[in-house]
Amino acid sequence: MKRLDISYFLRQGVGSIFSHGFMSFAAVTVMMACLIITGSFSLVAFNIDHMIAKVESQSEITVYIDEALPTGDAQALKDTIASAANVSKAVFVSKEQALSEFRKELGEDSSLVDGLQDDNPLRNSYRIFIKDVKFYGETVEALKKIPQVASVVSRKDITDRLIKVRSVVNAVSFVLIVMLGTVSLFIISNTVKLATFTRREEIAIMKMVGATNNFIRAPFVVEGFLLGLTSSVTAFFAQWGIYYYLGKTISAGFGLFALVPFSGVSQTAFLFFLASGTFVGTAGSLLAIRKFLNV
Amino acid sequence: MVRLIDVHKTYDNGTKALKGLTLRIDDGEFVFLVGPSGSGKSTVTKMLTAEIRPTEGRVVVNNYTVNNIKSSEIPYLRRTLGVVFQDFRLIDKKSVYENVAFAMRAVGAPQRVIKKRVPYMLDLVGLLHKARRCPNELAGGEQQRVAIARALVNNPSLIIADEPTGNLDPARSLEIMMLLERINSLGTTVLVVTHERELVNRFSKRVVALDGGMIISDRMGGYYQNETARH
Repeated sequence: MKRLDISYFLRQGVGSIFSHGFMSFAAVTVMMACLIITGSFSLVAFNIDHMIAKVESQSEITVYIDEALPTGDAQALKDTIASAANVSKAVFVSKEQALSEFRKELGEDSSLVDGLQDDNPLRNSYRIFIKDVKFYGETVEALKKIPQVASVVSRKDITDRLIKVRSVVNAVSFVLIVMLGTVSLFIISNTVKLATFTRREEIAIMKMVGATNNFIRAPFVVEGFLLGLTSSVTAFFAQWGIYYYLGKTISAGFGLFALVPFSGVSQTAFLFFLASGTFVGTAGSLLAIRKFLNV
Repeated sequence: MVRLIDVHKTYDNGTKALKGLTLRIDDGEFVFLVGPSGSGKSTVTKMLTAEIRPTEGRVVVNNYTVNNIKSSEIPYLRRTLGVVFQDFRLIDKKSVYENVAFAMRAVGAPQRVIKKRVPYMLDLVGLLHKARRCPNELAGGEQQRVAIARALVNNPSLIIADEPTGNLDPARSLEIMMLLERINSLGTTVLVVTHERELVNRFSKRVVALDGGMIISDRMGGYYQNETARH
């Protein structure tokens, strides 16, 4: 090839996309769906990571008092609890106070707890603030040893649970990326194969007049690349919309689990979509054209 | 320049297509390669275009040794050749101009060179006035002339015409042969593979006759009729 005629390759690639428009549309749609699914799982994993970091940064521990103990006796435990190793402050939360806080959190749905005042299922508890996060585990163990303490909920439990969820999400994401990546590769490859099939005579003539394999490949690679690019860009904006809507819904429902704003992940997400889409598009077309070059 | 030295070709199914063929075609020659079906004509053509390689012997085409040519070198060998087929092999959805220009684009020729060269070639084959037509709007002889223009457009040193008149009536066949003769007179080596004895005998050219994968005759003038009459 004496020089690269980029405009020729682009014309051929774009022309080919429109010459079998339905197949191209199907390829873009399937690839878009695959990207959104894998993107969603990656975003879930990212949010869990973020949540773990947030929880880990907070050293608060909640100590629940045995429900058999009357509120007055529970309140009297304050000194015992405050004197435990590494405890800087212990704040008593009565079960009535806990119910009223829960009612506030429920907002419009606060009527759900109506009638529970007389038969309050919540327990008296203490919010414990610790001096040094390094001895977090030891403090939890010391609090558990107080006989009137029914249970100790530490952030460590929550982080451990979140870590478990994250590993499941990561495993599912990995399987999905491999599976859906293969599906996308197959679809793109078949779309480009259709293009090579309709142009097989042209390819044979090109070979006969001395076109190099790269010259023959180029329009098909352009086609695959453009299909991948279109899928990536549309999938990115669709993902943005879905994430924005979900974020609004989740933060309205559960204040604690507010999602990381999309602006914080948009750059990484865009690069991920762009790289995966164009890679799969290009690789798919290279796979498709391979056997047509053996003329 | 073509050299085939003691060339043997045995296909995977065991068919022995060539049995010790030795042939030399010098620059500027016009040669008819004749013979009945199965005589090995197509095998020779495919070998010259590096579609297949010899089992034994040595094949050299325009300074490329086909025996051990690298895949990446094949396009460059083919750029020194122009191939014309019996079924024309034109692209129906492209115009006559585009069919010829396409061959130049395929070897990376710049647009300004294509714009100058394609009309010149179409004029040479007498089809400049039909440049915007599609191949299926042309008669068989005209389609073959487009195919010849396409084969010539990259200025090859050897034209291989594989049964170029197989789909044409006698008058059109004669026209095509006269066109090939004219191209040869301009300095391009021409190898015409055919089994049309009458046509061969109208031209006083070198005739190489094959049978059973071997050369049975290689002489100047229209010997084909005599050879086949003898067999």
